[in-house]
Amino acid sequence: MAYIAGVGNTRYGKVEGSSTLSLASEAAHLAMADAGLGVKDIDGVLTGYSTTLPHIMLATVIAERMGIRPVYAHAMQAGGATGVAMVMLAKLLVDSGQCRAVLALAGENRASGQSRDQSIQTLAQAGHSDFEVPYGATIPAYYGLLAARYMHQFGVTGADLAELAVLMRRHAGTHPDAHLRTPVTLDDVMASKPIALPLRLLDCCPVSDGGVAVVVTREPTGAARVRIRGAGQAHLHQHISCMRDWADCGAAQAAGRAFAEAGMTTKDVDYLAVYDSFTITLAMLLEETGFAPRGGAGAMARDGRFGVAGDLPLNTHGGLLSFGHCGVGGGLAHLVEAQRQLAGKAGARQVKKATTAFIHGDGGVMSSHVSMLLERM
Amino acid sequence: MSATPTTFPAGDDIARAWWNGVADGRIGYQVCADCGAVQFYPRSHCTACGSARCETRASKGAGAIFSITVVHRPPSEALRAHAPYAIALVDLDEGFRMMAHADPGCAIGDRVTAAFIPFGDRVVPRFARA
Ligand SMILES: [Zn+2]
Repeated sequence: MAYIAGVGNTRYGKVEGSSTLSLASEAAHLAMADAGLGVKDIDGVLTGYSTTLPHIMLATVIAERMGIRPVYAHAMQAGGATGVAMVMLAKLLVDSGQCRAVLALAGENRASGQSRDQSIQTLAQAGHSDFEVPYGATIPAYYGLLAARYMHQFGVTGADLAELAVLMRRHAGTHPDAHLRTPVTLDDVMASKPIALPLRLLDCCPVSDGGVAVVVTREPTGAARVRIRGAGQAHLHQHISCMRDWADCGAAQAAGRAFAEAGMTTKDVDYLAVYDSFTITLAMLLEETGFAPRGGAGAMARDGRFGVAGDLPLNTHGGLLSFGHCGVGGGLAHLVEAQRQLAGKAGARQVKKATTAFIHGDGGVMSSHVSMLLERM
Repeated sequence: MSATPTTFPAGDDIARAWWNGVADGRIGYQVCADCGAVQFYPRSHCTACGSARCETRASKGAGAIFSITVVHRPPSEALRAHAPYAIALVDLDEGFRMMAHADPGCAIGDRVTAAFIPFGDRVVPRFARA
């Protein structure tokens, strides 16, 4: 069995004077303290990539800085899905007996460590360098193409998508570490400036500094007995021009594998942690994984179903759209919040019933999918 | 248009050859000589059967808009003068899909044909209503 024994995060937003290593190690110390473990107890280290510190051996750099001498360590790259992918590998490492306690951590000073243009150009490289990037494409442009087609095909409106942005901002307002906490209305979202139409500024997540860490152990280490029940992946394409079926981008396949391993169905889930780089990302993933009917995610948000008091609370930390996006740590923050909800440690955000959680990370342009199911023992 | 080889950075000879074709007003695509599969973007092997015998053909440049976005926030200062510009996924009649520019007024489902216009460091295909 694999447990999420401890979690930690730094404040998100602009953290002046921070670096990839300072943010990741601060979060790691918080996660180890939460798990009741010290550096001597950690025998596995997994990290993601950092655009502001593109080192060839990031995991051992971080391990050395923290004084950890792991028996297994390396960095991983699956875009925004990297966070959940790291925790899935950590599960495999403890399940197989390779490790007893794996530290999965990520940090990046993405807001303060580079210019906006640098950030936009770096991220655009998720597109094909020869057959997409030369057209002046950006990450919002790839998702703008997804949004236009998805809205056309499934009858989703701009107002449906805006509901999700309003909801994420409302949730972030209750989390002291969130990047964007000022409430926004439906009109604010729909009147915000155009970025890559149909997507507008408030349909897009911000660029943030931040660090997140998780400790995965073979045995529970304290009161927080949150277990990983299943995980699964799917990778059907990298580039949007090679994505064939807008109704099957790989999310359902990844979720199906996780549900099969866990022996569960969507009906057994009572908390959702779903990747939301853009409002369209969240709508597509909720609908393809079966938690909302096609074209129905916005209406469910409007009806309060995804709120803290709803029957399917979703991203109660505010998601990428408002808690913030610092790269790999952005996707890992969803899992941190899910663990806190299941451990009963979500404070003012605590939902009534949280025994099981579904987590989904997406990298690239709906390219890499990793799903996971957690359960409180 | 000129047949001068492109000078912009491109990943390999296959990509450079494709963009040189565009500079001459030609959209290349590949057909597998062994299994007949049509593929885009161009590469050294057929992704359907693994054959290395991929023949390059020139598209007639006619198709339909699959999706379209209008970019108001370009990735670099150099492209700011072009904004807003539209990026589309276009389904060509020969059976392949590609990214290209399009007239911002185009909509999903519109029949379009390709023209070739300067953009950034090169000439790019840009589709307009047929
Ligand atoms: Zn073939």
